[in-house]
Amino acid sequence: MAGLKLPLESKPLQALVSEPIKPIIDTVVMSNAVHAYVSQSDKGELVIGAGTDSYVSYTQKGTHEIIEGTIKAVLELYPIFSRLKMLRQWGGIVDICPDASPIISKTSIKGLYFNCGWGTGGFKATPGSGHLFAYTIAKDEPHALNAPFNINRFVSGDLVDEHGAAAVAH
Amino acid sequence: MFIIKCPYCGERDHSEFSYGGEAHINRPKKPTELTDDQWAEYLFMRKNIKGIHYERWNHSHGCRRWFNMARDTSNDKIHSVYKIGEKPPV
Repeated sequence: MAGLKLPLESKPLQALVSEPIKPIIDTVVMSNAVHAYVSQSDKGELVIGAGTDSYVSYTQKGTHEIIEGTIKAVLELYPIFSRLKMLRQWGGIVDICPDASPIISKTSIKGLYFNCGWGTGGFKATPGSGHLFAYTIAKDEPHALNAPFNINRFVSGDLVDEHGAAAVAH
Repeated sequence: MFIIKCPYCGERDHSEFSYGGEAHINRPKKPTELTDDQWAEYLFMRKNIKGIHYERWNHSHGCRRWFNMARDTSNDKIHSVYKIGEKPPV
């Protein structure tokens, strides 16, 4: 409607929850080497974050091979989880930028700002990005921290390559 | 999970295939004459449509050949598969 194009694609991102077990992990464990992401809820369930499918989809499910890869990686770190049953699995649609970094930016249209394109990231960055977004709107210019995440980087070529930096599948 | 009918091999599980992004995006004929905005459009701007999406797939664990597909991204139902160079079905 505003005549502005965004370099975003929407893909299903999956997560899983296991049956509850006694306390075993007291922090979020992430391995970039095998791409595992697991924590334990207060109820004792393991909460496992999986990756995105490679293709555009709005189905909110995702494929079994993504789950298979994720479980394989978790078992590399924790072989003792091998006989755990998964209670549930779901998929949500994430909007992802070509460089896998978000857009926190003013635009060429006056009064129009974007905080989007978080892809697989975002949950832990929500408060911080909210502060920066508020700063950007209030001052009509970005804070030094979110300046690199401007929407113009796809034209200037100054990408913030999270694909390369994180070395995991986004 | 869905079944893809490779135009060369027939029906196979989609895990045999690799996604190649939106189809029918032509490389600029005169790349040296493009502005930065035009490059950004070619490299990064995609339709990201909810509905019939024309896209490239490669049968990477099979015949390794590329082809095009029209898939409804709202339910992953495949409407048609057609070869590279062929016009997309309406």
